[in-house]
Amino acid sequence: MKITLKVWRQKNAQSEGKFETYPAHDISPDMSFLEMLDVVNERLIEKNEEPFAFDHDCREGICGSCSLYINGRAHGPKKGVTACQLHMRSFDDGETIHVEPWRAKPFPVIKDLIVDRTAFDRIMESGGFVSVKTGSAPDGNAILIPHDDAEMAIDAASCIGCGAWVAACKNASAMLFVSAKVSQFTLLPQGHPERETRVLDMVAQMDKEGFGSCTNTGACEAECPKEISISNIARLNREFIRANVR
Amino acid sequence: MELQSKIPAGKLADKWTDYKAHIKLINPANRRKYEVIVVGTGLAGGSAAASLAEMGYKVKAFCFQDSPRRAHSIAAQGGINAAKNYQNDGDSIYRLFYDTIKGGDYRAREGNVYRLAELSVNIIDQCVAQGVPFAREYSGYLDNRSFGGAQVSRTFYSRGQTGQQLLLGAYSSMAKQMGLGNIQMYSRYEMLDLVIINGKARGIIARNMVTGTIERFLADAVLLSTGGYGNVYYLSTNAKGSNVTAAWRAHKRGALFGNPCYVQIHPTCIPVSGDHQSKLTLMSESLRNDGRVWVPKNPGDTRAPQSIPEDERDYFLERKYPSFGNLVPRDVASRNAKAVCDEGKGVGSSKLAVYLDFADSIKRLGKDKIAEKYGNLFDMYKQITAENPYEMPMRIYPAVHYTMGGLWVDYNLMSNINGLFVLGEANFSDHGANRLGASALMQGLADGYFVIPYTLGAYLAEGGFDKVTIDHDEFKRVESEVRGRVDKLLSIKGEHSVDHYHKKLGKVMWDYVGMSRNADGLKFAIEEIKKIRDQFWQDVRVSGDPAGLNQSLEKAGRVADFLELGELMAEDALHRNESCGGHFREEYQTEEGEALRDDDNYAYVGAWEYKGENNGYQMHKEPLVFEEVSPSKRSYK
Ligand SMILES: Cc1cc2nc3c(=O)[nH]c(=O)nc-3n(C[C@H](O)[C@H](O)[C@H](O)COP(=O)(O)OP(=O)(O)OC[C@H]3O[C@@H](n4cnc5c(N)ncnc54)[C@H](O)[C@@H]3O)c2cc1C
Ligand code: FES
Repeated sequence: MKITLKVWRQKNAQSEGKFETYPAHDISPDMSFLEMLDVVNERLIEKNEEPFAFDHDCREGICGSCSLYINGRAHGPKKGVTACQLHMRSFDDGETIHVEPWRAKPFPVIKDLIVDRTAFDRIMESGGFVSVKTGSAPDGNAILIPHDDAEMAIDAASCIGCGAWVAACKNASAMLFVSAKVSQFTLLPQGHPERETRVLDMVAQMDKEGFGSCTNTGACEAECPKEISISNIARLNREFIRANVR
Repeated sequence: MELQSKIPAGKLADKWTDYKAHIKLINPANRRKYEVIVVGTGLAGGSAAASLAEMGYKVKAFCFQDSPRRAHSIAAQGGINAAKNYQNDGDSIYRLFYDTIKGGDYRAREGNVYRLAELSVNIIDQCVAQGVPFAREYSGYLDNRSFGGAQVSRTFYSRGQTGQQLLLGAYSSMAKQMGLGNIQMYSRYEMLDLVIINGKARGIIARNMVTGTIERFLADAVLLSTGGYGNVYYLSTNAKGSNVTAAWRAHKRGALFGNPCYVQIHPTCIPVSGDHQSKLTLMSESLRNDGRVWVPKNPGDTRAPQSIPEDERDYFLERKYPSFGNLVPRDVASRNAKAVCDEGKGVGSSKLAVYLDFADSIKRLGKDKIAEKYGNLFDMYKQITAENPYEMPMRIYPAVHYTMGGLWVDYNLMSNINGLFVLGEANFSDHGANRLGASALMQGLADGYFVIPYTLGAYLAEGGFDKVTIDHDEFKRVESEVRGRVDKLLSIKGEHSVDHYHKKLGKVMWDYVGMSRNADGLKFAIEEIKKIRDQFWQDVRVSGDPAGLNQSLEKAGRVADFLELGELMAEDALHRNESCGGHFREEYQTEEGEALRDDDNYAYVGAWEYKGENNGYQMHKEPLVFEEVSPSKRSYK
């Protein structure tokens, strides 16, 4: 395959960025998208140019590191996969492909295609946990959890924290992330003692980080590589109202 | 140097209890006076950081990803073992201990492994309480599946994403402590060296990967939980960033490296598809619960798998190992897959693959049940290969997966350097020459949640800490060495990229220090690796500058360390004139091609000391004493 790559280059948070064009030939349709980027980067090194930086680690769609906005879509054209699981066979020969970082105010660009997502850690710090000290737990089978509740909790807990939804959302809302965590702990009895404080604190921190509010456009669900459902957002809203009236 | 394992005296089953009852403690109010550095926040480091912070210690934690939640542990799929015996199938702490010792081919310490089996039950309790959503039966009780090398069902799981759920559990406990200010988190920081003052590990030098600044960090103890070194092979199932740098830098400051040649090659991975391949993808061992491994009986059979009749298929694991069948341990399954491919019976275009077939299970259990158990793995397979495993058998081949070797530690998880503790995959301790499936998560969490909170306290309580600051000469000296190295890498400005050298090294490692090894090949590898290393230091091209984010520079430092480690792995493999677990020396096998151990001469841990530039390595032996089990020929027939 032959493609033309337009990659966002930006030296650091302070500098301005712009697209650079890199023609790429001899691309195999079996390459993953990131392997294609590796090949282009290797060729840049050969020409004594600086390769572009992008976040990645597991390359299996589970760590949430990769964070590329490809042809105007978070993680690219295929539904339900991360950029690292995307293969070149999903693109046409001769296609021009734009690659950009996530764009959202709470995610400042660090360099090229890499953004700062530490806002998520701070949201987690505000309440994304069950307070149980090491050593104080009862026997695992002392807490019974119906099969279907456990399955729903895993659905919510499958969020990889990549940030695609923020990038996809016109309001830069982080509701899908927060709602997935709140849902997981609402569906499980272990989460109940801290139910109210958790939702209030996490939502407050989310607002403080500058994420927008949700207007139910559904863009997040459509772009989520793990297909986390927006029904979690409805649950978050219910939990939020419930906590406020208490 | 005499290696002291410090295994407590007394009966095996009482050692840990007695140890805990008699160690010195630090009172809660005094704990906040101690600072602890935790490098690496995967399962081992994350659980340690959270637990120590809860106890009151001041923790500084480091990881090179942008968040602790992204450590390589997140990718673990199949599950975590625990001797709960919820299935009433005869499991016990003793049996998990025994399976692990035997699975490791009698090359691990009894005392450590028994403690691990004991603690396994507490881990499940802890994780459930954190809200980790393990799979449940319809009754609401915890579900189990089976893993290789065991005849009981003791593996707890969360679909095919157990590592993710366990890590998010540990991370959430960390997050609470981060919010409280008890853990100071340094994400996107890479440890580049260890600082030892008056015989005690007192700090690290780390590079801020965003700004490029090189910084000093002081503490009363340093914990390395930096993962394994499988990426020395370039292609492995490890995350791209996994590396040996932290452990290797500590090694070069004096920490012994134990059994570097013990590498696990996992039998069920998606085969290599081309030169562009950047990593290999594991298909969890749990699939062998319901998938059957086979190849065509006739070499060169190119028919589609569905059109090969039953009597022309060789279910070679079921045939050779009737009592364990498809669930033999990994080393055995991998070697047998290689053997049938070497006979020309491999499948797929490369002929380097065997089938893993779910047709029978889908018939028996239905597609929905299989999807519930393995859905995300099947999706991943389809995504990568463009083939549908619900309809076609998977094609699989062994790949580098896990490293049993690592920094040598005693029973307290302390290396031979005072105050330097090593946890998780980074240490050598519990798996001997082969790790059983679902035991790495168990070990990482046992180390972090339940061992280090005691053993670290006992060390700190001994006292004798000099008052030092980061202005101490030793900090200055080590920092300037780190700077020198960074500058050197950037100043070479040669012809070839870092990846070019990494791939070259990986090929030598896979061909000669991989699934099967022999003396000539290993000697050749040692010479080759030296050559590649020399070329690297004369010719590598590292782009960019030291300031700011520079991924080429990060990679260069890691590959430079792999180029040294690779040689030591080959040395270790060459010296060990026996086959055991994942270390298979062609010269030492039975007539049936099984590994042939030599307990008279090699029942020891080989711990290597770095002797300085151009002075090579010296090996120290820690004899393995078996009081409870007597090493026998490992049989899974
Ligand atoms: C695909 C896959 C599936 C697996 N499935 C299973 C399974 O089902 N069951 C099982 O028991 N085991 C499984 N394993 C093995 C298991 O996942 C690992 O052995 C285990 O997670 C290692 O945990 P760890 O905490 O020791 O290290 P890691 O999770 O590798 O964490 C290493 C940490 O160290 C940090 N780090 C490294 N170097 C530096 C440095 N220089 N400076 C700063 N930080 C650094 C990293 O940022 C990271 O935080 C699997 C492994 C793979 C590859
Ligand atoms: S690199 Fe881990 S999800 Fe893409």
